[in-house]
Formats: sequence, C-alpha cells, structure tokens
Amino acid sequence: MKEELKFLCPNGHLGFAPTKEESYYLGVQEKPDFILCDSGSDDIGPGPLGADVCASPREWQTHDLELMLVEARRLGVPMIIGSAGDTGTNSRVDMYVEIITELARKHNLPKFKLGYFYSEVNRAYLRAKMDQDERIEGLDGRPDLTYEELAKTDRIVAVAGVHPFMKLLEMGADVIIGGRSSDCAIFAAPAMFHGFSADLSYYLGKVLECASFNAEPYGGKESVLGTITREEVRVKAMHPAQRCTVASVSGHAMYERSNPFFEYVAGGVLDMTHCHYEQYDEKTCKITGPEFHPIEGKTKVKLEGSGKIGERYIGIAGIRDPYTIKNIEQVIGWARKQVEEKYGTNGYELHYRIFGKNGVMGDLEPVKEIKSHELGIIVQGVAPTKEMAEEITMIGTRQLFYARLPEVKGTAGGAAFMLDEVLPASPGYMWTLNHVVAVDDPLELFPVRLIEVGKEE
Amino acid sequence: MKTRKLVDLAKTIRSKNAGPDKITFDIIFREKENYDLVKKSGVINRELICNIYNLQEREIADFVEFDPAYAIKFTMYRRRPSGSPGESDVFGCQQYAPLLDIEIPVG
Repeated sequence: MKEELKFLCPNGHLGFAPTKEESYYLGVQEKPDFILCDSGSDDIGPGPLGADVCASPREWQTHDLELMLVEARRLGVPMIIGSAGDTGTNSRVDMYVEIITELARKHNLPKFKLGYFYSEVNRAYLRAKMDQDERIEGLDGRPDLTYEELAKTDRIVAVAGVHPFMKLLEMGADVIIGGRSSDCAIFAAPAMFHGFSADLSYYLGKVLECASFNAEPYGGKESVLGTITREEVRVKAMHPAQRCTVASVSGHAMYERSNPFFEYVAGGVLDMTHCHYEQYDEKTCKITGPEFHPIEGKTKVKLEGSGKIGERYIGIAGIRDPYTIKNIEQVIGWARKQVEEKYGTNGYELHYRIFGKNGVMGDLEPVKEIKSHELGIIVQGVAPTKEMAEEITMIGTRQLFYARLPEVKGTAGGAAFMLDEVLPASPGYMWTLNHVVAVDDPLELFPVRLIEVGKEE
Repeated sequence: MKTRKLVDLAKTIRSKNAGPDKITFDIIFREKENYDLVKKSGVINRELICNIYNLQEREIADFVEFDPAYAIKFTMYRRRPSGSPGESDVFGCQQYAPLLDIEIPVG
C-alpha cells in the first residue's frame, strides 16, 4: 500500500473558463497519481439543468479535457471528472464520453478503459417513493417534496457521493466521467479506494475541489496539488506566484457554504471543527484533524431539480428626467396596468429591475433614496408561449414611454430606448428541488458503465 | 467613541451563493488583532444584519465566528431560489456592499 498519493486539480469548474496551462504543466511535472476535477455547479442557476444544455462552449470543455486526458494517459494515471458538462445530466455525460473518445482518436492513444455513470432521476421513481409514504426531505428550509412541486419539475439529478467512483475504480477504469457529483467525492473516492482514511480523504476533496481558490493571491483556474498521507493532507499551489497559506486554506473552508465546519455528502458529514492548519513550506499548507462521520441508517442523496416557468423576453429602457426618476414606481405601475388590462394578473410573470435604484439588491438594498441622475430598467416577461412573452414584455416596456405623470415637462416620451424592440431570452426556469432522498444502496441512483477506447495494440 | 469602517479593517468582504436557496457572506481579516477587535466589539451580530438587509431573524440561516481563518460568516435564505425570473444576482456575489461601511468602535 502506498504511503502517499498526489492529486492534481487543474480547475475548479472544468470548461467554465479555460484552465491556465503554465501551472497545470508544473503540476504534471510533480508526477501526480491522479488528475481530476469537477465540471459542474448549481451556481449557474436552474436554466442549464432545466433545458439540458451546457453553460459554457463545448470548445472550452474540450480544451480542458484534452489537457487532462493527454497527460493522464502519458503518465498512466487515472483521470476523473465529476458533474460532466455543468449539470451532470445524462446527455452531458454522453457528450463527455464522446469528447474523450474523439480525443483518444485524435492523439492516437493506446487502448484504455473509460468508465462513466449517470445520475438523472426520473419523476416516476420519486412519485413511487412518495406513494409509499416516504419523505423526500427538503433542504435549506424547504418543505418536503409535494406531488405538485414534482409535477412542475422538468429534470432532476441526484448528487453522487464516492460510491459510483469507487465502483468504477474497482472495475479498472482509467478515465471516469461522472454525472452530477459532490465535488469532494471525486477526490475522496480514489483516496479511499487506496485505503486512506475517510477523515482525510473527504477533507482532501474539500480542499482541492475549487483548485486555486484555496491559494493566494486570488487567481482562479490555476492548478493545485494535494497530497494525502496516513496522517495529513498537504496542498500546494502550482502557479509560481501563488501560495497555499494557513489563511488561504482555512479561509477556503468558508467559500460558498453556509457553515465552514461541516460538509454534507451522500453517506455522511465531514466535520472540520478540529482541523489544524500549519505552513508546511513556502507554497504548501498542511492540515490535520478533520473527521468524517458516516450517516447511521440509510444513505441520503441530494436531489437537484429544475422546472420551466415559461418563455422569456427582455426589454431595456433608460430614464433621465428627474421628475420621472422620482416617480419611477408610478411609471412602472402604469405599464403593469396596461399589461393587466389585456391579460389580467395571472398566468404570466412581469419583473422590473431598476438599475440606479435597487437593480442589484432588490428588497435587500438598504439605500432607499435614488441618488443616480439616470436609471436603467430591465423588463422581463415570462409566459406560456413565446408570442405572449414577447407581447407582455413589449407592453411592459413601451408603456414606460407613454406613462402619464401629471407634471412631467417632457411630453414627447417618458423613456429612452436603445432599440424599440424586445429581445428573446432563454426560457425562465426555477429550482424546484433542493431535497434529499433516502436509499438503501446509493448505487441504485447511479448506474455505471465501462467501455474500451483507443487504438488496438 | 472613535470608530473605523469595516472596509479598513478586513482583508476580504464577500458574498456568494451557497446552493440554490442561500447567500453566504464572509468577512475575513488578515491580522488576528483586527479580527479580535471586531469580534469583541460585538457590533456584527444577527440583529445588525437584519437591520441592514431588512430581514426577519428567521431569514438568517447561520452566523458563525470562524477563528482558524479570522473570519465572521453569516448566511441568509433567498426569498426566491437563485436564477428565478426576476432575480438579478445568480451568484449572489454583489450583496456585500452595505457591510463595507459598518462602523467599529476602536478604543
């Protein structure tokens, strides 16, 4: 059994912005035992999952996969990707399998085993559980899943823990393409597969998953190298100007999670309360003391679901008249009323964001007084059909021009238009599921496959 | 009493989505002295956050002082999930600005 293993993480979200190559190749020179990263996130909103599309161009994703595949095969070490294509849906997994196959051909790579797993969950599966009175428990203050919310959902993915990754490693996969996955499981699985403790393995994943976001000075898309031993995890920045420090690594524990002490995954919780951080050398931080507590009873797997609200158009208007700015709510009220006269108050959504007032923060904005001499207004109309979405957005935008304010001096038009049209946007979606489902065998949600790719010897 | 603005004491003040239903805020200090000063002042607490962002107490999911990173961290629930039509900060990354001007008493 090896005494230590090295993990090279080139990117915190593969393909979202291309990997920086200099630090990546410095990482490759360290002869890692694995090259791995995640490729997805729910940060990007519910649209890509609902519409089953990527949030980034295929070319960027191919670029990053190519960097990783070529070096992993040259070194003869596994390459592991989680949450393929931003969302980890089945079509994104298939797309990555296709890209890997094409790259193998392009580089004339000798034969290797390509493992992959799916993580989409169909509604009937959850409905059947609910019919058996099983709870689909809500997270973050959400109520348990109802039939109604489920019916509004177009696409669901389950978030994998280490289980399908370990299964594919057992099956001898050289390259793994994962469906939706917990970021930290991508790294924890190979470490645990090689007999390292769950405590340190999950922590290793936690600290590596965002690549150089755990280093300073700030700079994304640079590679970091993680090392696991029997006693500790070490993480080293690969970019010549970056360092992993006690401050940067402990600070990263807080990033994009509500509590810096706990990280929940399918199968348990990583407890970082007793983590001890130490500067190991100039570029490396050493961490000891994380604990993993396995869940008692059934494994709870997180579900993400997105449902379409409707087709969407966007309108843009500008306001410069000070009296109109002062009375902007009245102006918007007029435009809304014109939409209501035709369509009533239900069956569509009409949103106004007023930049210069509270466009960024909405109700959270503590500055109540408008201090800007001009306003930018973005109108969003969402409706069952494109035609209706276009029309309500058009009425809601153009009627800003016709708003009737009693004392306005300018009587030739109340709003400036950079173009007198409304623009088609992607459909509106909403996160309908942020829940967990209890399962006896976590693999039941994540079917695994193994194929051979590359040229015959 | 003399005061200093939080922006002059902290190294990092940021906000970010934490899953689809929450936005989390980090206030991180470079020096232990500044962290201790702000922590001991007790100025940054759930009540202040509610006042600044016009929230009910139950809309705050978490409030923690995180000693290993010299950081104060709190998390709020979103009123609508991230990226819903009408939302305008899917990453939640521009919600921290009102924290910059918090006045901290210094001696």
